[in-house]
Amino acid sequence: MGLLAYGDTGWGDELFFATLMTIAVAAAAIFIGFFLAAIFASFKLSKSKTLNLIGSFYTTVFRGVPELLVIYLFFFGSSGAVMYVARIFGYDGYIEVNAFLTGALSIGIISGAYSTEVFRGAIQSINKGQFEASQVLGFKKKIYYYKIIIPQMLRLALPNISNVWQITLKDTSLISVTGLVEIMRMSYVAAGSTRDPLFFYSFAAVLYLFLTFLSLKLFNKLENHYSKGY
Amino acid sequence: MNIFKKTILTIFASLFLTVSVSADSIRIGTEGAYPPWNAKDESGKLIGFEVELANWLCIYMGKECTIVEQDWDGMIPGLIMRKYDAIMAGMSITDERMKTINFSQGYADEVAQLAVMKGSSLEGMDTPSGINLSLGGSDVKSALKTLTGALAGKTVCVQTATIHQNFLESGDVGSVSIRTYKTQDEVNLDLTAGRCDAALAAAVAFTDYAEKSGKDVVLVGPTFSGGAFGNGVGVGIRKDDTDLLKSFNKAIDTARKQGKISELAIKWFGFDASM
Amino acid sequence: MIESLPRLLNATKVTIELTLLSLLFGIFVGVFFALLRTSKNRVFYFISYYYSYIFRGTPLLVQIFIIYFGLGQVEWIRESFLWILLKEPYSCAILAFTLNTGAYSSEIFRSAFETINKGVLEAAKGLGFNKLHIFFKIKLPIAIRQSLPAYGNEMILMLKGTSLASTVTLLDLTGVAKHIISTTFRPVEVFIVAGSIYLIMTFIIHNFIKYLEKKYSYE
Repeated sequence: MGLLAYGDTGWGDELFFATLMTIAVAAAAIFIGFFLAAIFASFKLSKSKTLNLIGSFYTTVFRGVPELLVIYLFFFGSSGAVMYVARIFGYDGYIEVNAFLTGALSIGIISGAYSTEVFRGAIQSINKGQFEASQVLGFKKKIYYYKIIIPQMLRLALPNISNVWQITLKDTSLISVTGLVEIMRMSYVAAGSTRDPLFFYSFAAVLYLFLTFLSLKLFNKLENHYSKGY
Repeated sequence: MNIFKKTILTIFASLFLTVSVSADSIRIGTEGAYPPWNAKDESGKLIGFEVELANWLCIYMGKECTIVEQDWDGMIPGLIMRKYDAIMAGMSITDERMKTINFSQGYADEVAQLAVMKGSSLEGMDTPSGINLSLGGSDVKSALKTLTGALAGKTVCVQTATIHQNFLESGDVGSVSIRTYKTQDEVNLDLTAGRCDAALAAAVAFTDYAEKSGKDVVLVGPTFSGGAFGNGVGVGIRKDDTDLLKSFNKAIDTARKQGKISELAIKWFGFDASM
Repeated sequence: MIESLPRLLNATKVTIELTLLSLLFGIFVGVFFALLRTSKNRVFYFISYYYSYIFRGTPLLVQIFIIYFGLGQVEWIRESFLWILLKEPYSCAILAFTLNTGAYSSEIFRSAFETINKGVLEAAKGLGFNKLHIFFKIKLPIAIRQSLPAYGNEMILMLKGTSLASTVTLLDLTGVAKHIISTTFRPVEVFIVAGSIYLIMTFIIHNFIKYLEKKYSYE
């Protein structure tokens, strides 16, 4: 167990922080994904054919191309793209998009493609009659969305959101290729340095199992909470 | 409490310092996975010959430096994208790479050699102790012929996008089956696992591994230089950064004169690999 | 960019091969564990449950690294018959992909088996069909039809998953794309071409499943 010692002699502290990084990047990614999903789900449900097409293009591409490729594309392309835009505005220096943001964005965009489908499905399943009822009751459109649609949508979507979260959490392991020090990257470095890959990759597997187990429990609790009254 | 503070700080820093604009310092990219050239210790700190040399070169240039970690397969794209301004990663100066980037003068000699596990049929090959591919001649020809015969049908493992891969692909030693890895660590692991019949890399990479792991990795055949192996290891710099190239060349001159390169080479390689 | 296309297309063959072989083996593994899961034997149930739990709860990248780099370092494994399988990166990749897709498939098939109408089975028994007959002629076809949409998704996930073969030295589509980049230093273009090839393949799978769903729909 010396390998996992906490401090400069072992990899315990490094792996601990790497686990926090995994959680942080997964959390950032899923929220970026929700944000994108809110936009693209409304595109997909809109009456405009163009918007439909944009929405479908997004979900098709990012659910159809390997995560690893998307990550590489962002990794190699993001700084270039940001600098290109900056140059238009007259700034000619180097701007680095750091590994955390690159990782969170690339995973977030993939996660968003899955969330879009979840949101769309959830909105469609809400009874149309409710909209009419709320109109009769004189609710404003905004209130209608915040008070009636969104809470219901969340409840219906929770099991699927739980799935998307699991996918997102596991996908973060792939951003290790960009150098962000999360669980997989740290295990990779430790395995290389100690020449004990079996131990460190198995330990990484245990850490991921722990995280997926924990989130499952959490989502079950949430589901129970929100299904009160049904 | 301390742990918590550190945690929260780390997370906040990584969340909010999302876009960093480079200051007047030089950023040097290294791999951190090619011991003893560059590596990482148990606390995750970058160490090695080039890491120390980089710090000295920066002192001679009178500039502040940051060392940036970058995986080998993205090393040159990273430089071009301006993720860093210079590469010091055991990268040999080759014509192939010179098409894309510039190199400073060489600071160290990288001697490449094949490695096998003890007891391999490749041990005891009858070749000269070293061949220079640029020189040619009957010696080199006969050595390559011996190698071609010995390596026929064998799997030779190398790190991806290296001079070693280029050499094996050049056809100089016939058509061996080449397997490429992301890092030298992985090459070493698969050599000892028996998945590779032989591996090709800097000789010091194997001796360092053999010493630290206690595995029976032995060097065989001639040492290689010249040709696909390039002309020593230098600092990789973008083509348009001519000023930086000049200052690196000057700093390497100083380091050489003061005996710094030799000193560091002996410390990390066990012999004077300076040039 | 055009010059790299033939090499990328060649590598696509490897990707297709990896996907098809893994899916084929994965179906057997999946059905096997789905049956264990419905078994009344507690031990069988637990084995199946934890197999699926572990392989679905960890990233594929970790699984392939453990199988390739991890197990390769264990001496008694290298001396056993397992080494025939584990020595080559190709078979290691297939093994990792098969176990991974097998875990997801077992869940898909299990729920498909569970939804089969009990009445149908009773009727079959009543007509004097034997157990094997019922399984192959009734249970399995219904389960396959039932699991088509979910299994179609799993096929696409597996296709994407094979990109990880590049991390264990295989030169699949992603591996070759990376290889080209390391010599041409033009990352974005090459990845876009490779990405498009993947998209075409997902598109084909997607439509193939749609076609099957239509063909075998009850209406």
